[in-house]
Amino acid sequence: MAENLVQRHKATTRIWHWLNALALTVLLMSGLMIFNAHPRLYWGEYGSREDRAWLEIDDTRTTGFVKIGSMTLETTGVLGLSLGADDKVRRVAFPGWATIPTRYNLGAARRWHFAVAWLFALGLAGFMAASVLNGHIRQHLHIHKAEWAPKHIWRDVKNHARLRFDAHNAGTYNILQKFSYVSVIFIFLPLMILTGLAMSPAMNAALPWMHDIFGGRQSARSIHFICAALLFIFVLVHLVMVFLSGPINGIRSMITGKVAQARHVNVTGVTS
Amino acid sequence: MKNDRDIIGRRALLRGATLGGSALILSGCDALNESDMFRSALRTAETLNQVAHRSLMDRAALAPEFPASDISPVFKTNGSLTGTSAEYLAHVGNKFADWTLRIDGMVANPMDVSLETLRAMPSRTQITRHDCVEGWSAIAKWQGTPLRLLLQQAGLSARAKYIVFHCADSYGAQPYYESIDLIDAFHPQTILAWGMNGDMLPVKYGAPVRLRVERQLGYKQAKYVMRIEATDDLTKFHGGKGGYWEDVGDYEWYAGI
Repeated sequence: MAENLVQRHKATTRIWHWLNALALTVLLMSGLMIFNAHPRLYWGEYGSREDRAWLEIDDTRTTGFVKIGSMTLETTGVLGLSLGADDKVRRVAFPGWATIPTRYNLGAARRWHFAVAWLFALGLAGFMAASVLNGHIRQHLHIHKAEWAPKHIWRDVKNHARLRFDAHNAGTYNILQKFSYVSVIFIFLPLMILTGLAMSPAMNAALPWMHDIFGGRQSARSIHFICAALLFIFVLVHLVMVFLSGPINGIRSMITGKVAQARHVNVTGVTS
Repeated sequence: MKNDRDIIGRRALLRGATLGGSALILSGCDALNESDMFRSALRTAETLNQVAHRSLMDRAALAPEFPASDISPVFKTNGSLTGTSAEYLAHVGNKFADWTLRIDGMVANPMDVSLETLRAMPSRTQITRHDCVEGWSAIAKWQGTPLRLLLQQAGLSARAKYIVFHCADSYGAQPYYESIDLIDAFHPQTILAWGMNGDMLPVKYGAPVRLRVERQLGYKQAKYVMRIEATDDLTKFHGGKGGYWEDVGDYEWYAGI
């Protein structure tokens, strides 16, 4: 099968993709360190050790556990209690290999987080603006009427389940891709920024509606954590899909913008 | 005796899978974290946060206030649970009857204000949220004297830029202290609280007076305030970064985030 390189990703998409990958990695890892300072989540305006948490990560000195509601999961070795690089037990929620910096340092983690948050927020805003102007949203992300049809969606679900990726339409996104990219770009990434801002006491004074819409500062903190977890899952699935659908082609296309498309041969033998 | 590895057991091996990739990122980030140049770059972003807040926000915007039904059933105690100086402990024994708040530095009329005088001044009552840098929050009702009234009485110098709060508690050798700029010092919600949830401020929450600077994090809310000093230079105090946790924990001086 001959290869035919077609343009897939616009330059702004490619630049933002890698900038965002870097920013999200640092934000996640420094965020886990910040979480380690108080590994408990609450709903409402307030919440501390004196109040009931809906999620907590803690240890009994010999075992680590995650407690969600009334359900307790033992997570020794990873969450709650883990080994540091020096083989010493660390009683921390997220282990050192998952945090920036490795050793507990709330001041440094906050500095990383709030610096890279600028890169992330400005990058997202720039990407959104560029994608409106250069037609990326209209051409690639816009979900057409026919694509909303349950039959169409179901067919795409089946194709994914069979790991059948449409190599003939490598220049376009399928409906499941559109759903996930659109929700990440327009829902979950902006939610990270809004819930992050809603945790700032100064921001609460300037824009009180921002923490009101989330139901209080501790709710905003919980939603921030949940969205981070969902984005992490998105990235994992995204990486698996890249791997399954041809990693070289996929990664090349996000660097050079070009993707190899199978030549479509129709019944008359004329390549189109 | 079991060593640490035995306690954790084989589950620790789980981390092996993820170790490769993240170790690479981490060693890089940790190395960057040690670099002075990189740290000062991150600090530039910190200044950017402060500048953005100060220039984009209404400087008089009030922190949210809550109904009495939102008050935390138990307000978590944190930091020092009592002042530690001999002078302070004597005041506790005497129920702060002879305690005075010293106001000096760059002011025209340095003064000593008794707790009684402070309580007789116009006061402000506010139910606000206390946000710890660690992530937790607690809500309480605070009653106290607006700081601006005291600064006006003392005749704050036009050259003063910061207000420093010297406290009676200490961690190890260094006494607790904090500082704020004049925007926060003159903010209507910035009070020296002597009442909490309708009672006199208890010792574990900072008696006889603690600072409430409601648009910043918990470590700015200095407890056991003994002396207020107006200054134009924070570098001459203790570690030079304007506060105990700024010096010791490398926390940001501007704690609006």
